[in-house]
Amino acid sequence: MISALIIVFREVIEAGLIVGIVLAATAGVPHRSRAVSLGVGAGVLGACLVAAFAGELAGLFQGSGQELFNATILLLAVCMLTWHNVWMASHGREMARELKAAGHKVKTGERTLLALSVVVGVAVLREGSEVVLFLYGIAAQGGTSASGMVVGGGLGLLAGAAVSALMYFGLLTIPAGKLFQVTSGLITFLAAGMAAQAVIFLQNGGWLEYFTATVWDTSWLIKEDSITGRLLHTLVGYSEAPNGAQLIAYIATILLIVILMRIVPQGGSSRSTAAPKPHNA
Amino acid sequence: MSMKNLSLFAIVAVFVAVGALATSSFAQAPIEVHLKNHRFTPSVIKVKANQPSMIMLFNDDDTADEFDSSSLKIEKVVAGHNKGAIRVRALAPGKYPFMGEYHAATAQGMVIAE
Repeated sequence: MISALIIVFREVIEAGLIVGIVLAATAGVPHRSRAVSLGVGAGVLGACLVAAFAGELAGLFQGSGQELFNATILLLAVCMLTWHNVWMASHGREMARELKAAGHKVKTGERTLLALSVVVGVAVLREGSEVVLFLYGIAAQGGTSASGMVVGGGLGLLAGAAVSALMYFGLLTIPAGKLFQVTSGLITFLAAGMAAQAVIFLQNGGWLEYFTATVWDTSWLIKEDSITGRLLHTLVGYSEAPNGAQLIAYIATILLIVILMRIVPQGGSSRSTAAPKPHNA
Repeated sequence: MSMKNLSLFAIVAVFVAVGALATSSFAQAPIEVHLKNHRFTPSVIKVKANQPSMIMLFNDDDTADEFDSSSLKIEKVVAGHNKGAIRVRALAPGKYPFMGEYHAATAQGMVIAE
């Protein structure tokens, strides 16, 4: 029962933190709960499909189908997070102003909602498929321990959801003016961590064999499979012994997002401001 | 909008291109490891240090398990009565524990690079 609790808790937290950040990043945007629910729903469905076809998926691409699939959905999420951040940087301020001024329905923020529901879907799919496989394994074995494991799994789900909610409400205590900066920062690190993780899957699939040497090792300080390590891994992409390609992907993603957020014209909802200027401030 | 979409597609394209350019090269035959009753046999796998190797994991159980090791940077689900090829990168000499994540109480093992 305890092992079920721990494993479900761990996976739920990993997906839940991402959902919490997305919810905080879209605070005040109309229809965002629908978009997030859509993402969670699609993620759960996808998780069941991935779990059901785990064998078939693994068999693709000379046995590296799973790695390619994981890398692809992670990179998709990275793109969506990047798009959200860049789009919000150019329209977010205006949106917040309009929200405060009139309280009338603001359409702008809904643009990237779909992108964020994709991110939520990917997060739920990845962690969810592990939960499904794990719980299915227990159910298939039956026996006396099965019911206890199901209870443990349920408790793990609740506990994980509670921590994620804590994260969300914690973020909401940040004043509205600062919240945008905080969530942009969190999303940037989230994206960088996912890009680095995607690189690992590409390496494990045999598609990327450059810069595989470990650059540093901090396993003596924080083990990646400790609770702290896992939380940091999810939030900022902590890796106890990153290799060169991982670091390059991580840093490149951060640079890319920061640069795009700066060069994309700010404050205008019109697309006519064609020539990007470095600074408007 | 379209500019941004374009640049995002460009990013994806770059990632995919980099991936496609790199090709794999495995000289040795894979090391066969079986998972039965949620235990690895052999549970201690010796590999040569500083060169990549491949583990072929045969899951002889009815249910799936995940070969999981943070030190090896590997997460690989292998379905029941199925097999999975696990690429182990070139390792510095040392011990690298791994586990079957869904049955961690019994499914424990270690890669030793020397």
